[in-house]
Amino acid sequence: MSAKIYDVVIVGAGIVGAACAHECSQSGLRVAVIDQDVIGGGATAAGMGHIVVMDDSDAQFALTRYSQTLWQELRPELPEDVEYEQCGTIWVATDEEEMTEVLRKHAYYSRQGVSVEVLNPGDIERLEPNLRKGMVGGLLVPDDGVLYPPCAARFLMDQAQGRGVTLHLQQTVAQIGKGQLHLADGTRFSSATIVNAAGTWASALTPGIAVKKRKGHLVITDRYPGFVRHQLVELGYLKSAHSVTADSVAFNVQPRQTGQLLIGSSRQYGPEHKEVDPHVLGRMLERAQHYLPALAKTSAIRVWTGFRAATPDKLPLIGPWPSDPSIYLATGHEGLGITTSLATAKLLVDQITGRTSAIPYEPYLPSRSATLEHAHA
Amino acid sequence: MANARKHFDVLVVGGGPAGLAAAVSAAEHGARVGLVDDNPALGGQIWRAGVVGHGPGAARWIQRLEATGIEILCGTRVFDSPTQNSLHAEIESGLLELNYQKLVLATGARERFLPFPGWTIPNVMGAGALQALVKSGFPVSDKRVVVAGTGPLLLAVAAYLREHGAKIELICEQASLASLALFAVSILKLRDKITQGLSLRKELAGVRFVAGSWPVTAEGDGALTAVVVSHGQKLEKIACDFLACGFLLVPNTVLPALLGCRLQNGFVEVDRYQQTSVGGIYCAGEPTGIGGVDLSLIEGQVAGSAAAGHAEASRSLFGERRKLQRFSQALDRAFALRSELRGIALPETIVCRCEDVTYERLKPYTSWRNAKLQSRCGMGPCQGRVCGPATEFLLGWSPDSVRPPVFPVRVENLGAMVRDLVPQDSELLRGPQ
Amino acid sequence: MPEQITLSVNGRSVTVPQGATVAVAVAMAEAHCRNSVNGEPRTVLCGMGICFECRVQINSSLHQRSCQMLCSPGMQVRTDG
Repeated sequence: MSAKIYDVVIVGAGIVGAACAHECSQSGLRVAVIDQDVIGGGATAAGMGHIVVMDDSDAQFALTRYSQTLWQELRPELPEDVEYEQCGTIWVATDEEEMTEVLRKHAYYSRQGVSVEVLNPGDIERLEPNLRKGMVGGLLVPDDGVLYPPCAARFLMDQAQGRGVTLHLQQTVAQIGKGQLHLADGTRFSSATIVNAAGTWASALTPGIAVKKRKGHLVITDRYPGFVRHQLVELGYLKSAHSVTADSVAFNVQPRQTGQLLIGSSRQYGPEHKEVDPHVLGRMLERAQHYLPALAKTSAIRVWTGFRAATPDKLPLIGPWPSDPSIYLATGHEGLGITTSLATAKLLVDQITGRTSAIPYEPYLPSRSATLEHAHA
Repeated sequence: MANARKHFDVLVVGGGPAGLAAAVSAAEHGARVGLVDDNPALGGQIWRAGVVGHGPGAARWIQRLEATGIEILCGTRVFDSPTQNSLHAEIESGLLELNYQKLVLATGARERFLPFPGWTIPNVMGAGALQALVKSGFPVSDKRVVVAGTGPLLLAVAAYLREHGAKIELICEQASLASLALFAVSILKLRDKITQGLSLRKELAGVRFVAGSWPVTAEGDGALTAVVVSHGQKLEKIACDFLACGFLLVPNTVLPALLGCRLQNGFVEVDRYQQTSVGGIYCAGEPTGIGGVDLSLIEGQVAGSAAAGHAEASRSLFGERRKLQRFSQALDRAFALRSELRGIALPETIVCRCEDVTYERLKPYTSWRNAKLQSRCGMGPCQGRVCGPATEFLLGWSPDSVRPPVFPVRVENLGAMVRDLVPQDSELLRGPQ
Repeated sequence: MPEQITLSVNGRSVTVPQGATVAVAVAMAEAHCRNSVNGEPRTVLCGMGICFECRVQINSSLHQRSCQMLCSPGMQVRTDG
């Protein structure tokens, strides 16, 4: 069987693979996308779908901010079912120590030109009457938003397909390397560049990548329009999301455009099974009810789990894989894949085509991986 | 909040005929039995008590039930099984943890609804639903009702509604006259069934019954005013206040599936003692095969006796069970859904009522999961219990894997898994860590 | 004749027999239960607690299945129309 020839073959039709296909096709490249399941069926379907600016590190800030700008530019084109809602984020401070963090964040975001506002207890009560009384304050990030990821991935893929990208779903990739990709059924693809955007499965195709599964639980309720109006996040979220070892839960609730409440979050290394862990779920919901007492009486209609593709330094892997320059990585986005998908695609195609990039891509290069492996151990 | 923990030798889920029989049999063998049901009263759908109390069929079993000291838990909704030999259920005031040695699942069946233009208009409802509404006190006298769909349930409902003063304008049976005739011949050997049929014939005397006929459009702005039915070649419009329809029954297998019980062709697989593929878990009634009250009662007795450790006590019922199973197979053949019913949903017809997803939005997808992710079909509070069987028939999709909670549940009770079961090791993450 | 209960549906007083479900009271008040996502009126479909089409507000609780709840004296039921 002769090989199908492309400029770029992308493994993974999640939000990152779809964004890469979208960007490649805009640059006139001949592209094929392959996925073992459906569009957006992995972490994309399982995630919360926030479009947020985060400042765990300067590099994370640069990437999330760049990507949020790209989403805002794309917004007029997004169909209704993507449910993009610029609800803003409120980081909630429960004590003076957390309030110090609010002020630090405020200074950092302001310095970088991101609109932010410090909230006092009265503001919080007015903006989010269902939050427990006695909050010390908070930080409002008005440009943050949420969307419905599976439809966002499908939109990007539809656009790409409209420009000639071919999509191969429910196909198992047996191996990639040296400009070749083999499907389990024997089909071969030949391509100068193979993008591994397989999320948590990336390391199965490219052994040695410092990506680990990090399990999460989410709960969605029936419709309660106006119950919360912004994405609400506790400041402890930073700390628990930071920890690379312990299981943790944190308060994170989103108002969906449907009026439903999406309740998170949990982070666990280790479990490989998709089953709901009742202890983790219980802790997560206890945390959420601690912040939003009236949540107790709302009706939860679904619970699910998913796996984030996590790297030790909380930054994705975007760029060529040192041991095989035909392989480019676009994975390791952990909980920020929806936000950073568009920027990832830009930086990836910048590198493939030699374009000048809007922000430096060096912090995300997989060549830093040797040190990362060490960090994981 | 009244969270509580209860322990039973035998726990029965479902208070319809199968569950009642199972609970009574297990208790009469000396087991400590709990009987759980989501509905406000026992009886299931077929023996719903409503405002006038139970009929004679149910009363006999409920009398036996009351003589045994079984703990009855109505208004109790099982939503999860967080650990082995334990179920979590929600009640009005909180959470129940129900621990058991043996479990009997008698979760019954629901009606299959097929989408057609107008089926979402108020007063188009399930045949069983309209009957339940009347049993629960809704005055149906002088209301004009069309009964449509398939199966013997239609006749029973029509007879009931008529007895309560409704004007039955038409009974539409989608099965052809030929297959009904074959069915009549095939059940000749079952004397009591024939008697039942004859008695209904008396109650339905003068009511128009058309075989090979099905609803194609319901009309009305805000409430139903008329229904258009197809008699195959020609259409007929009938003014009415209610359309009661149902296209056979679908077994409720979500809880058995959650517990790991093996299903075959959509039904729970059981051995001769009604034990499922999971040791200590039994299943009786419609989830093992749609068979009606008599078969459910027998299966319930077999399951209840076996769960109480007296498996052989019910051997004498095996013969009758076989006979009734043959009857139900004949029923399946006679009332198989005709392929024309796949054509009654138009592109703009809503299929998923929770999320208002139309037929045309589902057609591009190849699987239930893909359609769910992209269109939200099945993502609402019914968790696909209505649109799942419809898309199974229309598009051949098979259902997703089952995840807890198997019913919507208050957040406080979903979270209470930890609060009550693991008291100390769940301290909150506080502030900066 | 069972005892009668009076409750309120959308501010209108409705009398039903003891043992009647809230769905019955809603039907007798000639109200529908909920508005669908796209704003269509909906009432009971399955009558057995499965379809969730009969959701109403009972006292202060939203999204209650009216077909599974019995009426009680003075109950305040609110529907979408």
